[in-house]
Amino acid sequence: MGMTITEKILAAHAGKKRVVPGELITARVDVALGNDITAPIAIDEFTAIGAKCVFDRDRVVLVPDHFTPNKDILSAMQVKKVREFAKAQGLTHWYEGGEAGVEHVLLPEKGIVVPGDLVIGADSHTCTYGALGAFATGVGSTDLAAAMATGEVWLKVPETLKFVFHGKLAPWVEGKDLILHIIGDIGVDGALYMAMEFTGEAIEALSMAGRFTMANMAIEAGGKNGICTPDEKTREYVKNRALRKPVYYASDPDAAYARIIEYDAAKIEPTVAFPHLPENTRPISQVGDVTIHQAVIGSCTNGRIEDLRTAASVLKGRKAHPDVRLIVIPTTPAVYRQAMDEGLLATFLDAGAVIGPPTCGPCLGGHMGILAEGERAVATTNRNFVGRMGHPKSEVYLANPAVAAASAVAGKLAGPEDL
Amino acid sequence: MESDKGKAFRFGDDVDTDLIIAARYLNTSDPAVLASHCMEDADPSFAGKVRAGDVIVAGKNFGCGSSREHAPIAIKAAGVRCVIAKSFARIFFRNAFNMGLPILECPDADEIADGHEVEVDFDRGEIRNLTTGKVHQAMPIPPFMQELVAAGGLMAHVKKKLAESSPSC
Repeated sequence: MGMTITEKILAAHAGKKRVVPGELITARVDVALGNDITAPIAIDEFTAIGAKCVFDRDRVVLVPDHFTPNKDILSAMQVKKVREFAKAQGLTHWYEGGEAGVEHVLLPEKGIVVPGDLVIGADSHTCTYGALGAFATGVGSTDLAAAMATGEVWLKVPETLKFVFHGKLAPWVEGKDLILHIIGDIGVDGALYMAMEFTGEAIEALSMAGRFTMANMAIEAGGKNGICTPDEKTREYVKNRALRKPVYYASDPDAAYARIIEYDAAKIEPTVAFPHLPENTRPISQVGDVTIHQAVIGSCTNGRIEDLRTAASVLKGRKAHPDVRLIVIPTTPAVYRQAMDEGLLATFLDAGAVIGPPTCGPCLGGHMGILAEGERAVATTNRNFVGRMGHPKSEVYLANPAVAAASAVAGKLAGPEDL
Repeated sequence: MESDKGKAFRFGDDVDTDLIIAARYLNTSDPAVLASHCMEDADPSFAGKVRAGDVIVAGKNFGCGSSREHAPIAIKAAGVRCVIAKSFARIFFRNAFNMGLPILECPDADEIADGHEVEVDFDRGEIRNLTTGKVHQAMPIPPFMQELVAAGGLMAHVKKKLAESSPSC
C-alpha cells in the first residue's frame, strides 16, 4: 500500500519509513510561525517554562500583520512584545513596517517555506502553504511555544480526502470558486481532522495564486491541511525564492484515501458564500438581489498580484457604485510595488477605491473597513461568521476578486458578465 | 474523583471562534478582559449570567475558525467548568487540552437543554443531567491527551524535556 503526499511528508519529518492515518507522531518542524495576536501568548508560555532560546533562529518566523499598522495602544503593546522577543532572539525572519505583509502571502514569496516542508503556525490559515506541496497546519499559541522551544510538534496522521476536478474552468472561475464549491458540498466540518488533496486537470491549470487560495480555505471545511502536488509551476515559483532546498513529494498511485470526490470543473460557476458560514454557497446566477455597501479585495486568501490583476481587469474604465466603499489591500510590499508598476493602483484609484497598506485589517474585523449595523460587504476573504467584519448585525459575502470588483460597480452582488 | 454540577448554557452547531471571542478584543490576552466578552456575539448576556462551575453545551464543530487560544482562555476564565459538544474543530480541540480547559465530546449533547442542571464526572467520562435524570457517556479522551493532562499540560511536558536535554543558546 502506497502513501499520500501528506503521509510521506509526515513520515519524513518523524524519521519513519511510513506512517498510517490515526498514528500519533512527534515531527520535526521546518518553520514555526506566529503573528501579533498569537505570538504574545506563545512568548509568555515560552518564557514561563524557563526556555532561553528558540530551537533555530532561522526557522521561527514572526510577522505582525493582523492589527498592523498598529490600530490602538493595546495592539501596539502586543507588537512591541513580539518585536522585543524577535530582536532578543536574533530572529532572521522578523518583518514590520515597510517590510511586513500578510504572513501567508509573505512566507512563500520570500521562499521561507519550500515544497516538502512541515510548517506549523499559530494562525488557522497556515494551511495555505500546502499549495507548494508542503504539509502546513494551524495550531494555537501553546503549540507554537512548544515548537519554538523544541523544534517539534505532536500530530495525529490524518486520513486524506482526495478532490479531483476534471475538465476546464469556465470564464471568471478560479481557485476561490473551486474551494467554495467543495465547502458548499461537504460543509464546514466535512473534512474535520482530515487532509484535503486537490488534484485533476483544473487544478493543474490553476496558477500558484489559485492553488494558494484553495489550500488557504481547507480550514473552512475543518481540514487539517490542504495540499497540491508540486509540478512545473511549483518549481518555477520557488526557483528564485527558495531559501532551502525543496523536496518534491507526490502521492503513490495506490495510496489509500478516506474518500475520493470528483467534480466537473466546467459546471462550476463563480460562487458566493452567504452569511454566516462559508458552506452557504450559491452560484452567481442564483444570488438574487443583494445590495452591498462595501467591497474588500485582499487577504491571505485573495490578495496576490494575480487577484489584483483580475480585479483591475473588471474595474478598468469603470467606477465603484456611489453607495459602495471599495477597499483594495495589496498583501505584501512586493505585491504593492508590482501593482503600482503595472498601473493597477491607478485603475483602482480611478474606480474610486481606497488602497490600504498590507494588513489583514478588515478581514477579521480588525480595522481599516469595519461594518456598521445592517451593512453588507462582498469580500475576497475567507470567513463570513457573525460579526466577522464588524457589527454582529453586519453581513459578509465571500467571493472571488472578479465578483467582488463587479459587485462594487453594480452596487449589489454581480458577476463580471452582468456589467 | 473530580465531580461537580452546574447549569447548562446551550448553543447550536458550528460555534466559531469569533462568537466565542470577537476579534475586536484580541488586542489583549488578559483572561479577565477576554472572559467579560465571552460568547458576546452569540449571547450578549452570557458573561453576566455564567457562574463558576457552569457548562457550555453545543452541537457539532464547536470552536471552528481561527487558531486564537483566546477562545478557550475566555471560556475558562469565565468560570466555565467544561464544554460538552457533539464534536470539536481540531485547533480548538488541541488548544483546550494544551491550556487546560476540559472538553467532552458527547453524541447525545442535543439532549441537554439550556438551563438543565448537569453534573460531570471526568474520571468516568459521565455527564449526568440532573434535570432529566439521564446519564450520557462522553467519548473517551485519547490516551496521549490523557498523558498530556496528567503531565500538567503541553508546556509542563516540554519543560521536562528541555531539562533532560539542557540545550544551550
